[in-house]
Amino acid sequence: MFDTLLPYLLAGISVGGQYALIAVGYTLVYGILRLINFAHGDIFTAAGFFMVYLAAALPPILAIPLVIILTVVLGFTVERVAYKPLRTAPRMSIMISAIGVSYLLQNLMWYLTGGLARQYPVLPGLGDSIQIGSASTKVVTLVTPVVTVILVVALVLLIKRTKIGMAMRAVSVDFETAQLMGIKINSVISVTFIIGSAMAAIGSMLYFTNYTAVTPTIGAMPGLKAFVAAVFGGIGSIPGAMIGALIIGICENLIKAAGLTMFSDAFTFALLIVVLLVRPTGLFGEKTREKV
Amino acid sequence: MKKLIALVLAVMMLVPAFAMADNVIKIGVFEPSTGDNGAGGKQEILGIQYANSVKPTVNIGGEEYKVELEIEDNQSVNDKAVTAAASLVNKGVSVVLGSYGSGVCMAAGDTFVDAQVPAIGISCTNPNVTALCDYYWRICFLDPFQGSVMANFAWDKGAKTAYVLNMQGEDYGSGLANYFVEAFKALGGTVVGDKPETFPEGNSDFTAYINNAVNANCDVFFAPCSTTYAALIIDQAAAQGVKFPIMAGDTWENSAILNAAKGKDVEVYCSTFFDENDDAASAAEFVKGFKEWLNADSGNLNNNGGNDIVAAVSALGFDGYNVALAAIEAAGSADSQAIAEALPGVTYEGVTGSIAFDDIGDAKKDMAYIKYANPETGAFDFVKTQKVGE
Amino acid sequence: MKKTGNRRLIISLAVVALIYVAGFIVEQTCGSKSMAVTVLQKGAVYALIAVSMNLLNGFTGLFSLGQAGFMLIGAYSYAILTIPMAKRAAVYQYYDGGIVQFTIGMIPALLVAGVVAALFAALIGMPVLRLKGDYLAIATLGFAEIIRAFIQWDAIGPLTNGSNLLKTYPTLKTAMPGNTVLFTFIVVGICIGLILLLINSTYGRAFKAIRDDEIAAEAMGINLFHHKQMAFVISCFFAGIGGALLAMYQGTLQANGFKSAMTYEILLIVVIGGLGSVSGSIIASFLFIACSEWWLRFLDAETMIGDFKVPLLAPGFRMVAFSVVIMVVVLFFRKGIMGDRELWDLGSRRKAKGGSDIK
Repeated sequence: MFDTLLPYLLAGISVGGQYALIAVGYTLVYGILRLINFAHGDIFTAAGFFMVYLAAALPPILAIPLVIILTVVLGFTVERVAYKPLRTAPRMSIMISAIGVSYLLQNLMWYLTGGLARQYPVLPGLGDSIQIGSASTKVVTLVTPVVTVILVVALVLLIKRTKIGMAMRAVSVDFETAQLMGIKINSVISVTFIIGSAMAAIGSMLYFTNYTAVTPTIGAMPGLKAFVAAVFGGIGSIPGAMIGALIIGICENLIKAAGLTMFSDAFTFALLIVVLLVRPTGLFGEKTREKV
Repeated sequence: MKKLIALVLAVMMLVPAFAMADNVIKIGVFEPSTGDNGAGGKQEILGIQYANSVKPTVNIGGEEYKVELEIEDNQSVNDKAVTAAASLVNKGVSVVLGSYGSGVCMAAGDTFVDAQVPAIGISCTNPNVTALCDYYWRICFLDPFQGSVMANFAWDKGAKTAYVLNMQGEDYGSGLANYFVEAFKALGGTVVGDKPETFPEGNSDFTAYINNAVNANCDVFFAPCSTTYAALIIDQAAAQGVKFPIMAGDTWENSAILNAAKGKDVEVYCSTFFDENDDAASAAEFVKGFKEWLNADSGNLNNNGGNDIVAAVSALGFDGYNVALAAIEAAGSADSQAIAEALPGVTYEGVTGSIAFDDIGDAKKDMAYIKYANPETGAFDFVKTQKVGE
Repeated sequence: MKKTGNRRLIISLAVVALIYVAGFIVEQTCGSKSMAVTVLQKGAVYALIAVSMNLLNGFTGLFSLGQAGFMLIGAYSYAILTIPMAKRAAVYQYYDGGIVQFTIGMIPALLVAGVVAALFAALIGMPVLRLKGDYLAIATLGFAEIIRAFIQWDAIGPLTNGSNLLKTYPTLKTAMPGNTVLFTFIVVGICIGLILLLINSTYGRAFKAIRDDEIAAEAMGINLFHHKQMAFVISCFFAGIGGALLAMYQGTLQANGFKSAMTYEILLIVVIGGLGSVSGSIIASFLFIACSEWWLRFLDAETMIGDFKVPLLAPGFRMVAFSVVIMVVVLFFRKGIMGDRELWDLGSRRKAKGGSDIK
C-alpha cells in the first residue's frame, strides 16, 4: 500500500514545496499591503521564460543568478508602476490594478513568445532521475523540500532578527503609525516585493525542472493554488504558508491517486472554503479584532 | 478624449472598406494565432501563405484575379471565434480556410451559414464540424477514422490493455479518446477504467496519471491532447521510466513533441496527415520549396517553432488553399454562393493525398501516416501507413 | 424637487428610446452580420452582466469574483432546456441522446436560467457571505472553479454533455431574425430597468449603507445577512440570464469558455465605467467590446507601407495594446468614466459627497 502511494507522496511533496515558494511571495505582500498580488503567478511564469531564453546563450552558472536578478527587477517595476500610485486609493482599485498587470503580462508573453510550449533547459544535476524505493523520480523532488525549508527559515530569521524585518512587521501591523514612526515605507515595500520575486524565481527553477513545458498561462493555476495555500496556512504567517502549501500539494496528488482526478483542482478550492468558514484566520494566523 | 480617438480609429477602419480594388478576390484565413492552439494555427497559416506565394492569382472566367489573404485570429476560444468569423465575413471574403481546432469551427459555423460563405476546414477532425453545418467542408480525415487507426496500430503492436487520458472540457481530445476506446474494445482489448480519464486544464503534474497507468499494467498510453500537455506527459513518463509506448493523434505531430522526447527513453507514436520524406514528386517539391521559403524569413521561422521541420498541418494548409482555388475556378466567379455550390464537385491531387468530398462535406480519406518520434535524431521517423481494417 | 425628478425621468426615457431606435436602424442598414451589429449584441449582453456585478460590488460593497460560474449555470440551463428534440441525439452523441428529453420555449427558458443561477447563489451565499473583503473574493472565485469542474464531469454527461459542445439551441438569429439588436436591447433593457428600480428603492439604500459602513448599518437596524443575501441572489439571477444571452450570442456553448478570465473582464468593465454607476457600466461595456473586438483588430495584421514592414504589428499585439489602455485607465482614471454618478445626473449639480473620514 505504501509502495503504491509513494510516487504520489513524492510528487505531492515536490509540488508542495514549489507552491510554498510562490505562496511566501503572496503572504508577504498581503501582510504589508493587504493586496492579493494577482500578477505574482505571471512573474513566476516570466521567470521561467527568462531562463529559457538565457540558458540558450549562457552557461547555467551565469544564467541562474541573472534570472533571479531579472525577475526581481520585474517585480520591482510592477510595484513602482502599478501599485505605488494607488496606495491611497480604495482597496478595490489596487486589486483591479493587479488584475490589469496580470492581464498585461500574459498578453505580452503571448505576443513575444508566440505560444508554442518552450522546453525548459535541464539544470545540471537537478533533472536526473533517481530511484526511491519502488518509485522513480527526479532529483529535484528531493532538493525542493530542502531548499524550501532553508529559504523559509532564513526568511523567518530575517523578519525576526533584522532591522528591516522589524520594519516589515511594523508596517504590516499598522501602515500609518509605522510611517509616523519614521519608517521609510517605500523601501520596506520594495524590499518585500524583491524578496517575493526572488523566491518566485527560485520556485520557478525548481518547478520547471519538474514540469518542463513553459507557456504564458502555465503560472495561473500554481499561482492561485499558492494563494490558497497562503490563506490556508494563515495569511501573514510564513511558516503557515509553507505548511499549507505542502498539505495542498500532497492532498492534490492523493486525490488523483484515488481516481477522482477531475476534482483535484476543485478540491483545493473546497478545502479553502471549508477553512475560511471554520477557521478564517487559517492554521497559524492571528485573530484581529475590528474596533468601531 | 478617449472617445475622440476611438472615433478616429473607427473611421480609419472604414477606409479599407471603401478602397476599390480591381480584380481582387479575398480568401479568409480563420486560424488561432494566440491561445492554446496558437502554435498549430500559426503553422497552418504558414502553409497557406506559402501556397499564396506559389500561386498568387486565380483565373476566373478568363480574367486573372489577385488572391488576397485576410487573416483573423480566433484566439482558440469559442466566443472570440464568433467575432473573428464575423470580422472575416465583413471584409468580404469569398471563401474561408480554417481552422486548427474543431471547437472554434463549430462555434463559427452559424456565422458562415448566415453569410453563405463556404468554409474549408483544414485540420479540424471532429465529425460535428461538417455534420452540423451545411457550409463547412473539410480536407482532413475524421476523428472516428483516426481513433480506429490508432487503435488498430496499438492492437497490431500487441497491446491488450490501454490507458486513455484527455483534457477536461476539450472536445477534440474527448471525441478522439472516445473513438479510440470504442475501436479498441471492438478489437477485443480492455481500457483501464472502461473509459477515458480526464485531467483538468492548467494541470502540470501528470505523475499521478502515469502511476495509475503503471499500476494497471497497461500496454499502451493514449493521450490526445495539445502540445503543451504532451511535452509534460512525455517528460514525466520518461522520468518515471515507463516501458509502454505513448500514442496520440495528429496534434502531436509537432516539433514541441520532438523537443520533449529528445534524448529520453520514450516510445512516442502519432498519426498524421503527411510525411516530410514522402517520395511522391509533388510532396517532395512542396517540402523543398516550403523549407526554402521558411528559411528566407526569420519571422516565418519563428512562427514555425524556430526550425524548418515541416508540420503536417502546414501541408494541409497548402492543400486547402489549392482546393479553394480549384473551387473558385470551377465556379467561374468570386461569388461565395457559387463557390459553395461548386465545392462538392471539386477533386484535387494534393500533397497529403487525393481530395474529394462526400455528401456531408468530408474528404474521402482512408489513409493515415503513423510516425515515431526518434529520441536520438530529434526528428519524426515514418513508420507505416495505416488503413482501417488492416 | 418633484419637477427635477420628473424632468430626469423624461430625459432618461428619451435617451433610452433614442438608443433603441439607433440600434434598430444600425441593424437595418448594416445588415445582421456586420461588425457594428455584432459589437452591439455582445456589448448589450456584457452590459447586463456588468450591471449585475456592479449591483454586488459597487452598490453593496461585496467583492465577489464568482460571476463566471453563475453565468455558466444560467447558460447551461438555457441550452439544455431548449435544444430541439430532433437534434438531441446528434448533440449528445456520446451519451445516447441525454437525459433531458423535452424542450421548452425560449423566454421561459431564459427565466429558468436566471432562477437556477439564483438558487445556486442562495445555496452558496449561506456559508460564503459571512466572510469579509478579500476572503469573500477568493471564496467566490473558488466556487466558480468548482462549478466549472462539476459541469464538465463525465458522470453527469447525460445532462450537460460533459466536455463537448452544446449546439443547435435557439440563438439570437432565430429569436427575432433580422432584428437581433432590438431583441437583445429589449431583454437587457427590461433587466437593467428592474435593477434600477431595486437600487432606487429602500433596499437599494440599505445596500449602499452596507457598502459605506457595515457596522453603522447594522447599528441602524439593517439585517446585514438578509440584505447581503438578497443582493447576492438578485445579482446572480441577472448574471444567469446574462449567461443565457451570451450562449444565444455565441451559438455554441462550452464550459471551458467561462473561466475566471471572463470574470476579470467584467470586473475591468465595471471599474472602468465606475463602481456605483449603472450608466457607467453600460457605456464601458460597449466601449470595451468595441475596442477589443473591432477597432483594434488592425493591430493584429502585419502591414506594409510600401516596402517597409511596420514593426510591432503582429498577431497578439492587439491584446497587448488593449492591456496597456486598460492599465492607463485604471491608473489615471481611478474613478472610472462616470465615477459614481449616473448619466442623468450630469446636467444637474454634483451630488454632495458622502461623509469623508478624517485620516
